[in-house]
Amino acid sequence: MSSDDGSSKKVSRKPRYSRFTQQELPACKPILTPALVIGILMCLGIIFIPIGLLALSASENVVEVVDRYDDVCIPSTDQKVGFIKDPATNKTCIRSFTIPKKMRKPVYVYYQLDNFYQNHRRYVKSRSDRQLWNPKAESSTTPCDPEGQTSDGKPIVPCGLIAWSLFNDTYMLSKNDAALQINKKDIAWRSDRTHKFGSNIYPKNFQNGTLIGGAKLDESIPLSQQEDLMVWMRTSALPTFRKLYGKIETDLEANEKITVTIQNNYNTYSFNGRKKLVISTATWIGGKNDFIGKMYMAVGGTSIVLGVIFSLLYVFKPRPLGDPSYLSWNKSPTLD
Amino acid sequence: MMKGSQQQWPLLVPPPRTPGKEELPIDIDSSIPVSSMSKPYSDSQIEMSGDFVRNPSSHSIQSKSSSTHSIKGVSFREGHDLNPVSYGSRGASLGSNPVRYGSRGASSGGFTSSYKEINDEDARLVYVNDPGRTNQQRFKFAGNSIRTSKYSILTFLPRNLFEQFHRIAYIYFLVIAILNQLPQLAVFGREASILPLAMVLFVTAVKDAYEDYRRHRSDRIENNRLASVLVNGEYEDKKWKDICVGEVIKVSGNQTLPCDMVLLSTSDATGVAYVQTTNLDGESNLKTRYAKQETQMRTPVVGNIGGLLIKCEKPNRNIYGFQANMEIDGKRISLGPSNIILRGCELKNTDWVVGVAVYAGKETKAMLNNAGAPSKRSRLEKRMNKEIIILSIFLVALCTVVSICHGAWLRRHREELYLMQFYRKYDYSEPEVKKYEYYGWGMEIFFVFLMSVIVFQVMIPISLYISVELVRIGQAYFMIRDDRMFDKSTNSRFQCRALNINEDLGQIKYVFSDKTGTLTENKMEFQCASVGGVDYDNGKDISTEDWQTGYSVQVDGMVLRPKMTVKLDQDLLNLSKMEHTNEGKHVYDFLVALAACNTIVPLTVETSDPAIKLIEYQGESPDEQALAYAAASYGFMLVERSSGHIVIDIQGKRQRFNVLGLHEFDSDRKRMSVIVGCPDQTVKVFVKGADTTMFKVIDKSLNLNMVNATESHLHSYSSKGLRTLVIGMRELSTSEFEQWQSSYESASTALMGRAKLLRKVANNVENNLKLLGASGIEDKLQQGVPEAIESLRTAGIKVWVLTGDKQETAISIGYSSKLLTSKMTQIVINNNSKDSCRKNLDDALQLYKKLSNVSHSNDGGHGAGTNQLALIIDGTSLVYILETELEEKLFELASKCTAVLCCRVAPLQKAGIVALIKNRTDDMTLAIGDGANDVSMIQKADVGIGISGQEGRQAVMASDFSMVIYTSLPTIVVGILDKDLGRGTLLQYPQLYGAGQRGESYNGKLFWVTILDTMWQSVAAFFIPLAAYWDSTVGVSALGDLWILAVVILVNIHLAMDVIRWYTITHIAIWGSILATFICVMIIDALPFLPGYWAFFMIAKTKLFWVCLLGIVVAGMVPRFVVKVFVQHCKPNDIHIAREAEKFGNLRETNAETEMNPISDLPRSTATATT
Repeated sequence: MSSDDGSSKKVSRKPRYSRFTQQELPACKPILTPALVIGILMCLGIIFIPIGLLALSASENVVEVVDRYDDVCIPSTDQKVGFIKDPATNKTCIRSFTIPKKMRKPVYVYYQLDNFYQNHRRYVKSRSDRQLWNPKAESSTTPCDPEGQTSDGKPIVPCGLIAWSLFNDTYMLSKNDAALQINKKDIAWRSDRTHKFGSNIYPKNFQNGTLIGGAKLDESIPLSQQEDLMVWMRTSALPTFRKLYGKIETDLEANEKITVTIQNNYNTYSFNGRKKLVISTATWIGGKNDFIGKMYMAVGGTSIVLGVIFSLLYVFKPRPLGDPSYLSWNKSPTLD
Repeated sequence: MMKGSQQQWPLLVPPPRTPGKEELPIDIDSSIPVSSMSKPYSDSQIEMSGDFVRNPSSHSIQSKSSSTHSIKGVSFREGHDLNPVSYGSRGASLGSNPVRYGSRGASSGGFTSSYKEINDEDARLVYVNDPGRTNQQRFKFAGNSIRTSKYSILTFLPRNLFEQFHRIAYIYFLVIAILNQLPQLAVFGREASILPLAMVLFVTAVKDAYEDYRRHRSDRIENNRLASVLVNGEYEDKKWKDICVGEVIKVSGNQTLPCDMVLLSTSDATGVAYVQTTNLDGESNLKTRYAKQETQMRTPVVGNIGGLLIKCEKPNRNIYGFQANMEIDGKRISLGPSNIILRGCELKNTDWVVGVAVYAGKETKAMLNNAGAPSKRSRLEKRMNKEIIILSIFLVALCTVVSICHGAWLRRHREELYLMQFYRKYDYSEPEVKKYEYYGWGMEIFFVFLMSVIVFQVMIPISLYISVELVRIGQAYFMIRDDRMFDKSTNSRFQCRALNINEDLGQIKYVFSDKTGTLTENKMEFQCASVGGVDYDNGKDISTEDWQTGYSVQVDGMVLRPKMTVKLDQDLLNLSKMEHTNEGKHVYDFLVALAACNTIVPLTVETSDPAIKLIEYQGESPDEQALAYAAASYGFMLVERSSGHIVIDIQGKRQRFNVLGLHEFDSDRKRMSVIVGCPDQTVKVFVKGADTTMFKVIDKSLNLNMVNATESHLHSYSSKGLRTLVIGMRELSTSEFEQWQSSYESASTALMGRAKLLRKVANNVENNLKLLGASGIEDKLQQGVPEAIESLRTAGIKVWVLTGDKQETAISIGYSSKLLTSKMTQIVINNNSKDSCRKNLDDALQLYKKLSNVSHSNDGGHGAGTNQLALIIDGTSLVYILETELEEKLFELASKCTAVLCCRVAPLQKAGIVALIKNRTDDMTLAIGDGANDVSMIQKADVGIGISGQEGRQAVMASDFSMVIYTSLPTIVVGILDKDLGRGTLLQYPQLYGAGQRGESYNGKLFWVTILDTMWQSVAAFFIPLAAYWDSTVGVSALGDLWILAVVILVNIHLAMDVIRWYTITHIAIWGSILATFICVMIIDALPFLPGYWAFFMIAKTKLFWVCLLGIVVAGMVPRFVVKVFVQHCKPNDIHIAREAEKFGNLRETNAETEMNPISDLPRSTATATT
């Protein structure tokens, strides 16, 4: 009893009122009304179908020539690996094809590898980004094993499996027997050239081991100008990938005959990889790929169909919004 | 057996933390344990102690007065409990709730066999005022310094880490981090993987350290408080921490006690001290404690006290029990719980007490009880655990598949591995060609397995536990801050003691409620009386004016006035003033009985007017208080109670009544009596008790008509919901008195079977009574109780009321609280044997079947409301049903009943009833109660409301793996803020609660539907970019950025589709977290030393990227959207409808047309709602 007297003197502990603490903040309470539902579905259809059409037509407009050469540019022996590994053999290979449709400049030249897991866990880690930029970090090759150091302990620049396995096939194009210039400048990202690969870093001890993985690098050219390396070191996400080889800065007319002289150096035979040369134009959708267009058409179409179905449902089996007779306790138990 | 009894207090009342249903039936006994006898019959110091086990208090009155009889001094010790558990205070008027102990049965007689010596091995010897000798024993007693802090500087790190790692989530994170440390497995960077865990641990450790620092500080303050301790005959100030067992301590009024001490003497001549035990058990009423007469008299205020030896039991945590004996001058006297005052209590209304420390520091009962509450796990958590196990199996399966595939790949390429540019099995850089990170087939597969565990570990939403915990903290914040959960009268807010069961509040199926104090305001109000066969129930509330001039007496120039007044019946008031008429005499006796036959202590309270004092009746039983106030209002004011006598101011004349003996209430007799030496030199026995037993001992031949009239009045009182008591009286002749006195004294001095003997004495004197009348006391319903119960019932929650009241009272309260309605069919089970219980249960089940058939055939659709059953069962029947095979039947029956009323149940039976439901269904149970007798029930139930554990589980402020935060933050915000419906709608339609009970928002089916849905979303998120970027130049980082963003957007939109109320904060959280993800991706891709440098900016320049992102989100969400809309249209659940109605406002208009039938309990297929 005496405590009552005491507490009445105390300040009230009543929580102070605020709309926040009392959970009375203004709120928007959207309800999925029939109009909203049909509206959303129709809108999706209206947006998606045109985009899908655009994507399809863009993909249609891409002119692309793909030529697989790994299987033909090698003597049909059982010793494919022996052939490719032997530095003495002549690996020159000549391929030719005609341009199906006019290709407007710039025409891109890609090499495509299949079944090459540039995204393999062991592979992607095998690089030293510090070493590529910082001259003082030359010896930080820890992540690069087993291509970090030479057998006598010198650091390899650039180290790691990625650099070591640099693609080294070369292509010489000629159009109607006239040489066709391939511009290999600016094929890498500008950010790589200016920030990631140092202009004062030069290849060192590269490709000196017993096992040669791929291309050698000119030790007099700084890394910031080794654009093939930069392209290669942007490891691809998928096991079938293209990498930019160069650009042709002229238009290619339909039916023009293109001859390619390929130095077939790169060993994909040891793991059944395939090599392709790709000459392609590009649009906003990228290369020739119908998927996005088809997907958009499908999604848009489905939305419209669903919109129609819902419209019919709302017309033929309407349910008034907020009708209390639909509350479970107002429904007759026979429904259960 | 030794002279001077030492009995073993059976520790029947379990420590609050360990309720065990096996302890039913409860065996609380009104044992009569302690007595010390000096010289019987002459100058006698008769002590009788009727302490209940949980009854730490009693008060003793010593009398030096003489009476016409040969008794010079009789001192009483009448136990009465403070605790609602036992008779009187809770519930029940004397005798009206004896069934609480009813299960005790015949065992009570055998109680005495447990009297025994405290074994020397188990005893602690305390030499009073000789701490040196006391502490020179085999075992060292703890000093009085306390330590509630958990850590010291040295132990902090290991202990804190150890405690933190008790959380399964942390162990999980640790295992993942350790896996990441293995060089073969490092999927993510080593340091990066340890960082989040370290962060979480660090933040928690800092929080723990801060809390512990505060505890250290409070310990220091506590330990350095001063107490006055007797040193060399003088009281000196000593720090609390320096107090040792055996020292004599003096404590002044309003001070807190420094340790557990046995009272030696108090400022009151009779050795009474009052303490408030709020800190211990939360009860705020005053409890009386006594110093033994022997020590009270020989303990000087200053000077040496010596030669006393206390032998007491080892420290234990039972705050209601204490057993010890004291050797004084070669005599042994027993000490009980009423002789000890505990650390943490506050001394009130007493100038000083002197006591000897028996337990100190960490051995005090308060400290021993200072432990956490049992943690309850919510159903959500239990289900989450189950689903996490499913997901773990899935994870293991997935990892197995991955490693098998890896094995197959290795095998297919085994010839190529050493040359493969992207694998490089051999290290050629060394002179000697070795294998490079290749450990052979088996190990490779094993490593891949572990690595895939690391990669796929996000599948197991361990972070969910942390998110859920944060959500709960937020919810608790809103619950605490809710100004509608504030009680003005007690100035208290809602308290959330256990954070981990918040969400269960939405799924309650059963509510178990205590009655008194929960449904009713534990304030008894005297309403009417039947005196001499005349019903006086025309009581009028006295107007304020009358109240001012209401009954008061003048004492020493002071006006004394009862603190509370009752409705006065004018006829009765007039009669009470006419002592000399026949009727007046009857009323006189009746009112004297009300004023005398109790254990009330009158206290005077100052008022603002110095000339007026209020008289306040302190007692453990609200019924007795009500009766005493009633008597006072009619002019029979109990003004003084001291040793052996009471003073009643009768119509202005102070009259002294010698209280010669008191027979405790016990469960067999269901009544109590006092033997009073009246001013007119007669000796009378006044008895009050339950009608059932009172009418057996009333001499009906005296006035049969009056008995019949009274019985009919009683019937009408109890049907009005009043608690009834019957009052009787007999005048004792001198020979009868002497016979009683001698048997009373020999019984109360008996060493063996004292309880039984005393009961026999009581039964001998309590007979051939003259019926005086009966009283009706109203137990007022709390405000809003009928409405609340009505709402609960419409919400489909089954309300069980468990009360100690008798059946009629319980039923009438049931009606007034709308628990029972006239529509219901009542099934009453009220039996005395197992067989009849079984028969009754079978009959009732038959009845149910018949009723449900009838209602189904009769009115098909709307039958649900008409065949409601109410079960009324009493404690005696429960004794035969609980813990036997009949439980099953009771459950079957009870689960079909809308309302269940259990009357006359013992506290542990309450827990048994909760267990009955909890063990058989998954339904959530909630127990609500206010007293200590509800604690076991509250702890048993899934959700307990009322007294809960000491401290809630501490909030965990922990962040999560950084990746997850983009998706978990919005979840947390929505989890805290979102509401499905407004307050008004929910109050209007309690049935909406059913959605939670049926688990519509979270059930097994929904889990799998959601899994399917998210599978589709992952398919969309993974394969759309895969197909779109096939044969392209896209790099690892760029595609990774696309995937991350797609996932975060999908998750947030997924969540957004479930949001019901969009607050500004919700918008910020959801869209902000998408934005934050974009920003983070940009920042990461702007760091030149990372392989993904500038990748995002390059890919974001292409239109394909954005087209892809849009495509993923839409393709991923369309199925979910369509299913959601379809379900809402075709199979809307109640919450959908109510939301629509809330928005479009047509609920109210159609309200009148639709009859709101109470919810049907027919199983309803749960809608495949996607909310």
